[in-house]
Amino acid sequence: MRRSTLGAGLVGLAVFVTAWKVIVIVSGFPAYILPPPEAVGASLVQAWLDGTIEPHAAATLVEIGLGFSVGAGLAVVVGYALGRSALIARLISPYIVAAQATPILALAPVLALWFGPGLLGKVVISALIVFFPVAVSTMVGIRSVDAGLLELGRSLRASRRQVLLTLEIPAALPSIFGGLRIGVTIAVVGAIVGEWAGAQYGLGVLVNLARGSLFDTSLMFATLATIAAIGVALYLIVVLVERRLVRWR
Amino acid sequence: MTVAARSGHIEARDLTVRFRRRDAAATTALSGFHLDVRPGEIVSVIGPNGCGKSTMLRVLAGLIAPSVGMALLDGQPIHGPDARVGLVFQEPRLLPWRTVARNIAYPVELAGLPEAERETRVKELLHRVGLADAADLRPGQLSGGMRQRAALARTLALQPEVLLLDEPFSALDAMTRERFNVELLKLWERLGTTIILVTHSIAEAIFLGDRVVVLSSRPGHVVADIRVEVPRPRTLDRLDEAAVSATAREIRAHLEANEP
Ligand SMILES: Nc1ncnc2c1ncn2[C@@H]1O[C@H](COP(=O)(O)OP(=O)(O)OP(=O)(O)O)[C@@H](O)[C@H]1O
Ligand SMILES: [Mg+2]
Repeated sequence: MRRSTLGAGLVGLAVFVTAWKVIVIVSGFPAYILPPPEAVGASLVQAWLDGTIEPHAAATLVEIGLGFSVGAGLAVVVGYALGRSALIARLISPYIVAAQATPILALAPVLALWFGPGLLGKVVISALIVFFPVAVSTMVGIRSVDAGLLELGRSLRASRRQVLLTLEIPAALPSIFGGLRIGVTIAVVGAIVGEWAGAQYGLGVLVNLARGSLFDTSLMFATLATIAAIGVALYLIVVLVERRLVRWR
Repeated sequence: MTVAARSGHIEARDLTVRFRRRDAAATTALSGFHLDVRPGEIVSVIGPNGCGKSTMLRVLAGLIAPSVGMALLDGQPIHGPDARVGLVFQEPRLLPWRTVARNIAYPVELAGLPEAERETRVKELLHRVGLADAADLRPGQLSGGMRQRAALARTLALQPEVLLLDEPFSALDAMTRERFNVELLKLWERLGTTIILVTHSIAEAIFLGDRVVVLSSRPGHVVADIRVEVPRPRTLDRLDEAAVSATAREIRAHLEANEP
């Protein structure tokens, strides 16, 4: 990352924290509704140091990692098929859209019932929610391959495999990465929602614990900040990979 | 230049190409198109926009099948793309994510040539088309003329016996264009490639061609097949000869007679 990007990020953070503090002072909300930033910061440091957050964060990260990989992996394959074959697109896209339109919150208990309260259920939920944007962006990317380039490939007698590797994938990559950027952030949502449907560990669990039995609003906010930070970090990783692979843009 | 029994004989017999489209009436791009190009001959093709020149080249390159008639290479019907036939498309069609060098290497890469052989060919071609300094640039960083030169080099990389050129120099400035005409002739003298060159420039058609074929407006067919009586080897100063201007006049007359 450029140093200026880092600088801008720090300035943004400072503005955010200041605004937060101002709202706390002006509104006079009690700390159990809106804790001041320094209390959340202290709680965040504390919770990491005493090992409150760590096992939960680790569990959620594993769920996100697996959910995103499985979901995005399947989505790229299905998205390719959707992009290449109008017949396949007509046959299965209604189901994909329907699955996406059904609120994941409503679906989560059913999936938890089917796949159990363990890791598998969370991975399935996360994968499911990642699937849609990546599949659609892959489909759009594959359809956007320049017909002239495909004709060039044909004139050079490129095999199916060569067309895939040298024309379709490179041409679709920018679009696929658009989907992956969305996918990686909502993979986080999927994992948390999955945890809410029943789990022992996970940041989603910790949010509920902090709010409910512990009644520690600062810890709740600290957990939310951790979730958000994970989302931002994963997003940045995708952007960095994209920069390496799509240099020509 | 007198190599006996060369290959690279192209024939188009009574070609008609119709494009059917669901949303519109069918277009007839070519109709009753005949052409016979001897091995090692250079034929320039000239004709109004939309008369079917690019379509004709795509048939000869095996990219589309004619609705009527057939195209032959060395007496064999052309059923699909053939490594012996190289087409330079009207648009450069470079892969935007590859550098110039890797674009030129693309066909030989697909053909599975060994790495070392690839390297030497690409180097040589980069020099030949004057892009050695641009080898590591991507197409988006090139001028239109540079892109056309890269596309030409890419087609030459497979060392085809028949070269189909679709306005390959249209984006070059006048000086570079003349230089490339001369370069193309040198290459041709060395390799004896059969060349079919589509162009809108009467001067270029005459300078390069053994014959100039004039097409009617759409649907395209041959309205004149004019032999260029300028001896080879040709040099740029030859362009001022009387034979050239007489031929140019003749071509222009045919083109004008054809205007819709
Ligand atoms: N794939 C296609 N589908 C439908 N119509 C087409 C297709 N390709 C070409 N045509 C039509 O065929 C006609 C001839 O096109 P072509 O590209 O061969 O012309 P051209 O002689 O090369 O013109 P120009 O000098 O502008 O390059 C045009 O009317 C064009 O619209
Ligand atoms: Mg054309």
